[in-house]
Amino acid sequence: MSLQTLTYLVVGASFVLYIGIAIWAKARSTGEFYVAGKGVHPVANGMATAADWMSAASFISMAGLIAFKGYDASVYLMGWTGGYVLLAMLLAPYLRKFGKYTVPEFIGDRYYSRTARIVAVICLIVASITYVIGQMKGIGVAFGRFLEVDFHTGVVVGMAIVFVYAVLGGMKGITYTQIAQYVVLIFAYTVPAIFISLQLTGNPLPQLGLGSTMNGSETHLLTKLNHVLVDLGFASYTAEKGGMLNMFLLTLSLMIGTAGLPHVIIRFFTVPRVRDARVSAGWSLVFIAILYTTAPAVGAMAIYNFIKTIQTGPVGAPTANLEFDQRPQWFKNWEKTGLLKFEDKNGDGRIQYYNDKNQSYAEAASAFGWKGNEMVKVDRDIMVLANPEIAKLPDWVIALVAAGGIAAALSTAAGLLLAIASAISHDLLKGVFMPKISEKNELMAGRIAMAGAILVAGYLGMNPPGFAAQVVALAFGLAASSLFPVLLLGIFSKRVNRMGAISGMLSGLTVTLVYIFIYKGWLFLPGTNNLPNTAEYWLFGIQPEAFGAVGALVNIVVAWTVSRMTEAPPEHIQDIVEHVRIPRAAGETGAS
Amino acid sequence: MSKENASAYWAANLRLLVGCLVVWFIVSYGFGIILAAPLNHIHLGGYPLGFWFAQQGSIYTFVILIFFYAWRMNKLDRHYDVHED
Repeated sequence: MSLQTLTYLVVGASFVLYIGIAIWAKARSTGEFYVAGKGVHPVANGMATAADWMSAASFISMAGLIAFKGYDASVYLMGWTGGYVLLAMLLAPYLRKFGKYTVPEFIGDRYYSRTARIVAVICLIVASITYVIGQMKGIGVAFGRFLEVDFHTGVVVGMAIVFVYAVLGGMKGITYTQIAQYVVLIFAYTVPAIFISLQLTGNPLPQLGLGSTMNGSETHLLTKLNHVLVDLGFASYTAEKGGMLNMFLLTLSLMIGTAGLPHVIIRFFTVPRVRDARVSAGWSLVFIAILYTTAPAVGAMAIYNFIKTIQTGPVGAPTANLEFDQRPQWFKNWEKTGLLKFEDKNGDGRIQYYNDKNQSYAEAASAFGWKGNEMVKVDRDIMVLANPEIAKLPDWVIALVAAGGIAAALSTAAGLLLAIASAISHDLLKGVFMPKISEKNELMAGRIAMAGAILVAGYLGMNPPGFAAQVVALAFGLAASSLFPVLLLGIFSKRVNRMGAISGMLSGLTVTLVYIFIYKGWLFLPGTNNLPNTAEYWLFGIQPEAFGAVGALVNIVVAWTVSRMTEAPPEHIQDIVEHVRIPRAAGETGAS
Repeated sequence: MSKENASAYWAANLRLLVGCLVVWFIVSYGFGIILAAPLNHIHLGGYPLGFWFAQQGSIYTFVILIFFYAWRMNKLDRHYDVHED
């Protein structure tokens, strides 16, 4: 059977599974639609949250980033996992105790203000839409690559699939399809990693393989990789290169952003009890950690294999570089996509891949007769997808990886769309504009809102306002600087009031948006940036992606100061705060 | 539940929380970023230690921290008689 047919079969079978589950778990009430009836087991919820949270960026892009940045990519590993510690201890149990359906609903009630609720809806929609655009783009790329249709058709197919299971199933359907998607994506991620770890180090666990010695040698894999990179003029893999301040702030932004993203927070509304919310965050992180501790091995082994394919012997020896005509099949496959590109600069028919931006290395390189790096394009995003081919794994593994990548993008898109739909139908319609709407009509409005959001996301996914990474960075910065601080203060301070929360959200959001737009262009339109996006122009050298942490600080300081200058929240609001802090408050179950 | 009991429960929760967040900060920002370079002179198998904390150790610690917190909170809930069920 050809790889193409096999891919169709595996991806098709996974869709049948997802849609079947959506029909089986169709939501019949608003409670089921928004929070799956609050009856999801914490381990099941952990698995669904993991699939919800791990997007195309985690599955496809992250290992590629690690491969090319080495130690510096640790910000993504720590940032995207450390946020769960904040979630489990600072937000999830209390928001679960509060017991409503959406994040803006909590903000509106805690800050006794419809304005606060509307501002929260705006923050939520801006953050979620920007994030979902990236997912739609990922879906388009994945479909386009493996089903050999063009990118736009890929997006449309993805929209149709999301429409069926998210609109029909609501949170209940999404929860159970996400469990299936988690199984598909984690299997697809770890199987190739295990094979590659065995090939290189003989250790079946990639987490241990990365710290092991190479097969038939006493040298450790990481030591060897450092030598291989330094020999070619690159920086050492395990050393820091990007600067400590930005690493610190970017990690912090990603952590706070993770804890502030509404589609993740609402997953903790679906479990039965407060203590389930605490432990469910732990299970989420267990399932996420399986992928996140494998990714460093995938990244390091991929770059090692890649360089070894090209640099076959000692650096500088005339025959130690791969002849272009002898390149392996996977090389040819990826050349067709334009993501891998070779240019024979010195005309010797062999490939030289080295760091030609390293001035002190240039002399040595020209002595070898090298006239510049000849791998003029090596796209970071191909590493995970190309990995099974590089390691010569069987076709079914390659087909599985395709299904896994698509599952990662679809599950995150569905979770985000649900957060958007509930903000519109529950917070705007029922909460503000049409309080008398019936449950049936609210459900209908939720489905229509979701369908509308799919259309907008699909359109923007085809015409993205910037690279996926820019869009994702904005989503994190926005969630970090707008929603997380007021949620945190709403639980841990009785003194922060309505005025404080509204001014905090608006100032955090504005400062972050303006900072990003100054360097990346207003609404990401090319050429509209006021300053070049380079380190010498950044405020205190802080890169735009890392600014969410500063925005969050601004939010907290403003909210606190404004609250201090205005009247304390009314008595019954302070009681609400007391109430969310205690799993079973007085009188609730008859006991005291 | 009395007011004193409620604030004692909350104070105990905050103490636990601060303790956990200190560990959270030390393994990631402390060992993984600020002290990574000096720690890299020590090796854990083939891993330089700072690099290991940044790409493996901090994640394992996060998982353990959450379960530890959940376990301690369940005990606190029972001790102050605010547990569910």
